[in-house]
Amino acid sequence: MKRHQNLIMLIAVVLLAIFPLWLVQKPAPDANGKAVEIFAGADDKAKDLIGEISPDYQQWFEPLIEPASGEIASLLFALQAALGAGFIGYYLGVSVGREKSRRELIEGNTR
Amino acid sequence: MHIMEGFLPIEHAVGWTLASAPFVAYGIHAVNKRIKENPEQRMLLGVAAAFTFVLSALKIPSVTGSCSHPTGTGLGSILFGPTAMAPIGLVVLLFQALLLAHGGITTLGANVFSMAIVGPFAAFALFRLAQKLKLSFAVSVFIAASMADLLTYVTTSVQLAWAFPDPVSGFAGSFVKFATIFAITQIPLAISEGLLTVVIMNAIKRFNAPELQTMNLVGRSEVQA
Repeated sequence: MKRHQNLIMLIAVVLLAIFPLWLVQKPAPDANGKAVEIFAGADDKAKDLIGEISPDYQQWFEPLIEPASGEIASLLFALQAALGAGFIGYYLGVSVGREKSRRELIEGNTR
Repeated sequence: MHIMEGFLPIEHAVGWTLASAPFVAYGIHAVNKRIKENPEQRMLLGVAAAFTFVLSALKIPSVTGSCSHPTGTGLGSILFGPTAMAPIGLVVLLFQALLLAHGGITTLGANVFSMAIVGPFAAFALFRLAQKLKLSFAVSVFIAASMADLLTYVTTSVQLAWAFPDPVSGFAGSFVKFATIFAITQIPLAISEGLLTVVIMNAIKRFNAPELQTMNLVGRSEVQA
C-alpha cells in the first residue's frame, strides 16, 4: 500500500505538470502578426506588469552576469537540479544499504 | 517569485535586506550549533538543501499559461525548524542571482524574505498546528509544504504591490494583479510540491526513523507502523 501511495503521488505530480500543456490554448497572433508566447516565466510577466503600472520606472541595477543564451541558462538550471538530485540519490542509496545491513545484523543475532 | 535585478526601488531593496539579515545570521548560528551537537544530522541537512536546489530549478507549466517553480523549503523547515532554511535559501537564491541572472543582488533581501523566511515559518507553524489537530503525518507534511510554497508567492505579490501600487486602485488593486500572475499560477505547483515533500519524507521516515525520533518528529509507534 505504502509503495503504491508514493507511486500515485508521483503520477499526480506528472499529471499536474502535463495537464496545463493540454488545457491552455495558444492564443491567436497579435496585431503585428507575431505569435504570442505561452508558458513564459511568471517572473517575466511580473516584470511586464511593473512596466504597465509605472511606465516611468527605471531598472537601476543590471545583473552582473547574464547567461549568454537560453541554452546556457537551461544548462545551469539543469546543473542545479542535477546537483540536488545527485545528493538526494546518494543519500537514499546509503540509507537503503545501511537499513539492509542493520536488518541482516539483527537477523544474524537472533539466529 | 524572483523579483528581477533592479526591479525594486532602492529603499525597498535596502529595507528587505535589513529585514532578512537577522534571520540569516541567526539561521547560520542555529545550523552550526545543531551540527556540532548532532553531527549525524549533517546528511539530512544536506538532503533538505538538495531538495530546495532541485525544486527551485524546476520550472513547471501551470494552468494560467505561464511557468513557475516550487520552492522546496517546507521539507527542511519541518525537519530542522524555520530558521535553518534562511541560510539555505540564501545560497540557492545567490546561485541563481549570480550565475543565472534570475533574481538579483539588489532584490536578494526581498527574495530571501519570501522564499527562505515566510515560507519556512508558515510550513513550521502549519505542521505543528496540523499535528495538534491529530491529522496524520503525511497530511500534515502536505499542508505545511504546499502552503509554504503558495505563501512565498503571495509574499512576493505583496512586496511588488507595495513597491508598485496601482495609480488608480492603489495597493489592493496592484496586489490583485501581481497575485493573479504569481499566486494563481502557483496553486497546482504548490500541490505538486506538497506531494513531492510527502514522498521524500516517507523515504526519510522509512530509512532514518531513529534520527526523526531524536528530532521529535515521529513517535515510536508511527515508525513501526
